[in-house]
Amino acid sequence: MGDRLPRAAAADAFPVLAQRVHGAPLAYLDNAATTQVPLPVLAAMRRFEEHDRANIHRGVHTLSQRATDAFEQSRAVLKRFVGADASHELVFGSGTTEALNLVAHGLSAAGNGAAVIRPGDEIIVSGLEHHANLLPWQAAARRSGARLRILLPDAQGHLHRRDLKALLNPRTRVFALTACANATGERPPFEALLALAADAGALTVLDAAQVACHAVPDLSALDCDFMAFSGHKMYGPMGIGALVGRRAALERLLPLRLGGDMVEWVGYTEAAYAALPSRLEGGTPNVGGAVGMAAAADFIDQAGRDAIDAHVAALRAHAAAGLTALDGVTVLSPGAAPSAIVSFVAAGVHTHDIGTLLDERGIAVRTGHHCAQPLLERLGCGPTTRASFALYNTHDEVDRLVAGVAHALDVLR
Amino acid sequence: MNTTAPPSLAESELYQDLVVEHKRAPRHFGHLVAPTHQARGHNPQCGDDLQVELDITDGRLRDIAFHGQGCAICIASTSMMTEAVIGHDVDEARALQQRFRGVLTGQLEPEAADLGKLVSLAGVRRYPSRIKCALLGWHALMHALTPEIGADEGATP
Repeated sequence: MGDRLPRAAAADAFPVLAQRVHGAPLAYLDNAATTQVPLPVLAAMRRFEEHDRANIHRGVHTLSQRATDAFEQSRAVLKRFVGADASHELVFGSGTTEALNLVAHGLSAAGNGAAVIRPGDEIIVSGLEHHANLLPWQAAARRSGARLRILLPDAQGHLHRRDLKALLNPRTRVFALTACANATGERPPFEALLALAADAGALTVLDAAQVACHAVPDLSALDCDFMAFSGHKMYGPMGIGALVGRRAALERLLPLRLGGDMVEWVGYTEAAYAALPSRLEGGTPNVGGAVGMAAAADFIDQAGRDAIDAHVAALRAHAAAGLTALDGVTVLSPGAAPSAIVSFVAAGVHTHDIGTLLDERGIAVRTGHHCAQPLLERLGCGPTTRASFALYNTHDEVDRLVAGVAHALDVLR
Repeated sequence: MNTTAPPSLAESELYQDLVVEHKRAPRHFGHLVAPTHQARGHNPQCGDDLQVELDITDGRLRDIAFHGQGCAICIASTSMMTEAVIGHDVDEARALQQRFRGVLTGQLEPEAADLGKLVSLAGVRRYPSRIKCALLGWHALMHALTPEIGADEGATP
């Protein structure tokens, strides 16, 4: 069933998986929240911390130069990973949330000149978004006097081009969209939607957090001004992420963090900011994190993006079929285009009870609103149980998940 | 598919028969005709959302009802709460809430707390992420009894 990954090798690379929880082998199915970290990534980070650790830029000593090289090398690896070319740049930050805040703030706050988003402008955000790609735009609209409009999904949770067409107009300044809805696993036709918005003159923002580990978008083929993703959802460390985009678009952002390392010159009363990427990377960055994130990108490419994508999609299809067959269970976005997330509700049984009973069998899933409360209310389903897959998961674990849910329903109904 | 494994710890400790039975058929579920006091308990993290209604006359809980949605622990705890406090003085209800809360948060041993049937929920203390579920209805009750701090939205555990 689509297993092209050498399972044993994959699992052996992740020491955390080799444990029992409540007496059962751990089945870690909470990868949309965070993935685990393989040995090669841990080794790369350790090598940096043990041999090259120093602050970057302007240091004349050897370690500072090595750390600077490691940081810039990581940037180059990740740019290649997402298909960035000379017209693009990548800036490091703490993760997708910070990256999206940087974009929303940077376009809506006035610096020396007027903000990019002006009173009367419109911002369109899809109705599938994680709170991290909604709240910053709510604040941006308030800050700039723009109007926030929502591209609502249909009752099945799908987005449609015709609905976006109806919203776009000459006042549309920004369109923000996810590449995969974290709460449902829905993968919208983001390529077409971004192209439509770009044609209408909007700046386009893509939240790629949920796809970086198995189907990272190719920037060279995308109408995308800003794309955000996190290290910890792609087998890398927590606390590191990237905002990558067109240089011309990134240059329009007012920096969010002012301070060291992001300046050309500084006087007591004013300063001139540096060029990209330093301009948007004020303060000491998470250099070890960047090294780990780049090592994670290499790990993904060595395992093979297509192989990982086929594997997690097969696990998702297997889980969706098994769960749908249970009495009273509804899978959200049942026919979602290939994704790694399956989210479901069970009539009369609360997700927290399911989650606790699954944990007793060593199965880790996430329960609740998944930081997407408006979407779940729109779909009329409230909190859900979500299982999400990574390259180390197996069809046997999917069987355990389905059996565990069936058992929880027996206990609770 | 094997779904007949022996009962897990959660099943014997958390989802005891009495608890599941209250979840299936919650007592005093619905509305009072003319409540004198009421408050909402809401946990935005998980979506649990309850409304507790009281009829208090001369310092006594003459009647109680609740409605809303929540997990099995939340519904069962609130259902058992209604049985435990109905017909009792407000002060007794407050004291019981103190003891129940003390047991769940580990400050009191279940044997020493005189909880009656509510002792079936004592196992929740071993599941830190679920303690707020068991206390939600009780928070709503306390807020209903203390309108000055109760308002409507305040009962977040």
